[in-house]
Amino acid sequence: MTVFSILWQVLQTMICLLAAPLVTGFVRSIKARLVGRQGPSPLQPYRDLIRLLHKDLVLAENASWLFRIAPYVIFGFTWMAAALVPSFTTNLVLIPAADLITLVAFLGVARFMISLAGLDIGTSFGGLGASREMLIASLAEPAMLMSVFTLALLTGTTAPARIIDYVLAGGVGLQVSMGLTLVSLLLVAIAENGRIPIDNPATHLELTMVHEAMVLEYTGRHLALIEAAAMVRLMLYISLISCIFIPWGISQSGKGFEGILIGLVSYGAKVGTLAAFLAVFETVIAKMRVFRYADFLGGALLLSLLATLVLYVSEAV
Amino acid sequence: MTAQALLAVAVLPFLTMLAMVLHRRENTPSLVHAACFAVSCILGVIGAMAVLKGGADHVQLPVGLPWLKAHFRIDGFSGFFLVIINLGAAAASLFGITYVRHLKHPARVAVAYPMFLAGMNMALMSDDAFSFLVSWEFMSASSWLMVLADHEEEENRKAAFTYLIMALFGTFCLLGAFGILAQAGGGYDFTSMRAAKLDGLQSSLVVLLGLLGAGSKAGLVPLHAWLPLAHPAAPSHVSALMSGVMTKVALYALARLLFDFGPTPAWWWGAIIMVLGGVTAVVGILYALMQTDLKRLLAYSTVENVGVVLIGLGVALAFKGEGKTSYAALALAASLYHMLNHSVMKSLLFLGAGAVLASTGERNIEKLGGLIHRMPVTAAAFLVGAAAISALPPLNGFVSEWLILQSLFLGPKIPNWAMKFGSPVVAALLALSAALAAATFVRAFGMVFLGRARSVAAETAHEVSLSMRAVLVFLAGLCALLGIVPVTVTSQLSEVAQNLIKAQLSETIVQGWPWLAPISETRGSYSGTVLVASVVILILGTVAVIKGFGTRNIRRGPAWDCGHKEASPSFQYSASSFAQPLRRVYGATLFSAKEEVDMPMPNETRPALLTLRLIDPVWQGIYQPLANGVVNLANRLNRLQTMTVRRHLLMMFLTLLLMLIVAALRRVVP
Repeated sequence: MTVFSILWQVLQTMICLLAAPLVTGFVRSIKARLVGRQGPSPLQPYRDLIRLLHKDLVLAENASWLFRIAPYVIFGFTWMAAALVPSFTTNLVLIPAADLITLVAFLGVARFMISLAGLDIGTSFGGLGASREMLIASLAEPAMLMSVFTLALLTGTTAPARIIDYVLAGGVGLQVSMGLTLVSLLLVAIAENGRIPIDNPATHLELTMVHEAMVLEYTGRHLALIEAAAMVRLMLYISLISCIFIPWGISQSGKGFEGILIGLVSYGAKVGTLAAFLAVFETVIAKMRVFRYADFLGGALLLSLLATLVLYVSEAV
Repeated sequence: MTAQALLAVAVLPFLTMLAMVLHRRENTPSLVHAACFAVSCILGVIGAMAVLKGGADHVQLPVGLPWLKAHFRIDGFSGFFLVIINLGAAAASLFGITYVRHLKHPARVAVAYPMFLAGMNMALMSDDAFSFLVSWEFMSASSWLMVLADHEEEENRKAAFTYLIMALFGTFCLLGAFGILAQAGGGYDFTSMRAAKLDGLQSSLVVLLGLLGAGSKAGLVPLHAWLPLAHPAAPSHVSALMSGVMTKVALYALARLLFDFGPTPAWWWGAIIMVLGGVTAVVGILYALMQTDLKRLLAYSTVENVGVVLIGLGVALAFKGEGKTSYAALALAASLYHMLNHSVMKSLLFLGAGAVLASTGERNIEKLGGLIHRMPVTAAAFLVGAAAISALPPLNGFVSEWLILQSLFLGPKIPNWAMKFGSPVVAALLALSAALAAATFVRAFGMVFLGRARSVAAETAHEVSLSMRAVLVFLAGLCALLGIVPVTVTSQLSEVAQNLIKAQLSETIVQGWPWLAPISETRGSYSGTVLVASVVILILGTVAVIKGFGTRNIRRGPAWDCGHKEASPSFQYSASSFAQPLRRVYGATLFSAKEEVDMPMPNETRPALLTLRLIDPVWQGIYQPLANGVVNLANRLNRLQTMTVRRHLLMMFLTLLLMLIVAALRRVVP
């Protein structure tokens, strides 16, 4: 543990919070351009959050204490999880505190709380959102964990920083299983972030909505926290996929300031590219019916199981 | 130490007698529970001392069978289980002191309760098959009596009957397992069974019979059928003991048979147990997801957690069979930790359900709602338990499932195809069961404590007594503590596991406080302590920033709900509607779930009707045909009872002939 590992940890924690609205705004503005609209500025999410923070709270009459603490828990746990994914360096003080399984579970805490908050007021929209969210989670979590299993088999660890070390040392090479795992993780990421074709982040009052239905009763700073948590989660998945599959540029421990600088620049480039891909993907695909989710995420699970089997067949482990 | 423990247990039968003699006095049941609380505390401390001290302490009493005597022994392993059992027992007894006043027949419970505790404690201390089985039967029979405490209800009688049959079946299987071990080892005491030399077939038979015997008690699918009937039928604090604690006695027996007696069974038994555990976990939690009775839901969730423990035991057995003993010790320590965690969280949840039941008289979650406003302490404690059992960090359920997953991830290191393909599949099953557990407990907590009250009983509920709340808060605190500082416990546990496996863990679980790095520093590590501290800092920072930033005004208004006013609480999502998407995805094949909607035409005045049909595959597929078969056989054998004297004499003659032939054959063919 050095002073630098603490410093980089603080920097990373702040980056994943402060840059998250920009990423969301960026995706939105590209989507707008792709469908021929001018769209708002990429900075619009910042303005939205500030506006929400300044507004009064309106609580439903029967909102309980759980409803009021839930936004803080959701935001805190999501932010913490995002701070644990190495983005520009692996020299972070909190790295040994959590591995990929723990990351998944931290997002699980946020989901648990948001579903409960959806049920708290006792409206049918909240229940609908919570029920569907749990369905998606039950399909996505095994797929995610199978991807982690494949990575653990291949690299011998479940810690993201160690996976990066392994990949950068040339230990993986071009593997079919890595490709399958990537596809599976992408599908999971789309589902977990409530993007098209699973959920539409831009809709309200549609029978297909999930995330928006649960947070319908939230206002003011509570809503700001929940929106910010959703942005941080998108950032987290983008960072996670880029750090495992395109780790080049990330500064490993022992490298100096140039390493950090290269890490920051390459991280920015990776996030920008992946965000642009997401915008294009969302534009060309249509929203899916609720009961097709099982096919979509079941596919992700099968792909990651296949990735494990391919490892055995190719005798990589 | 064993002697002191036996002395403490000896108090319990006197409490039973006291309860019988003074059954008319109103406060006898409370008094008995208070005394049981004291005894449990003493026994728990003795167990903890045994774990810390290690080694074994043997006592022989001149009772029981003349050629065997009664042997008792406490080593680190049974000491650890004594801690689990008596922790749960102390909590349940303290809760019971005031809870029994809400029961219809408290005196009936007070008579059987001390014997139940005595049976469980003696089973853990027994060091010969005879005293073990006698204690085991005391445990079964006294819990059966408490299932029957409310025998006016038809449903409870049915549950008790099923329980009795399954308990007899389980004991019968264990008797067989002990018989084989005793024949090979030369004695019914466990010391000779430890040294028993078994061939492959005998060893397999012991594992099979042990799995059937202990598995039927623990709730292994498909032997679980009695469990969700019997556990909820007993009074809630007894349900907590049966679900949280008695299943652990069964798992203790299984672990002894697998790891302590005779030679190590073949590795493929490990693979089988692992897969059985995975199936049990998923099937159990899917059942739980469909329940509307809160206590039955919790009982099915016990089936899930027994499955999770079995995954760990199976992996440990496979590793041990392959000679990778340090990995085996890790997997065993992980499943021991999950047993401890499950007993804490399940006791918490069952006692929470008991508090709800005492305050509303209602177990059906479709008729509850909004209790978080009227029972805030119970709600907060139940929430902690629900999050812990859904394997959410930083609580205890997460740590043990994480350890089990980590040992599953090592499964492919065993060079055979069953483990290589089996362990990823079982890992996926474990992840699925954890995700479904989260869904189950969001549903349970949401329907009981959140939303608007769905009945008058829920609307007029009030918080339970101080001692009941204190127990709930204590157990919730323990869930958090075991999750945030796991290393302190796991280092003790790895020692217990090492002694049983007889292996040294390489640098394993302890890598210096507070890091939990089970295999090596780079393989993946976890620190609840550091994570909790960081999250708390982040949340406090957020609160501070927001406080300085915006307004603090709060207005209360009617729910927005998209401007869609919902006048009646029945507009809310119900438990059945919450489960509907999951039912359609997972239940269509397993339960052949069918929904039929009967929608009236626009000019009709009859109400719309939704019919839901679920078929329980285990009852319909296994138990119903079995029961029919038994009835058929009994009907045929009935004829034997109405034969003439002549025929009876003929039968006796034939039997004699048969026995002579057998005797002759044994002479000829040695």
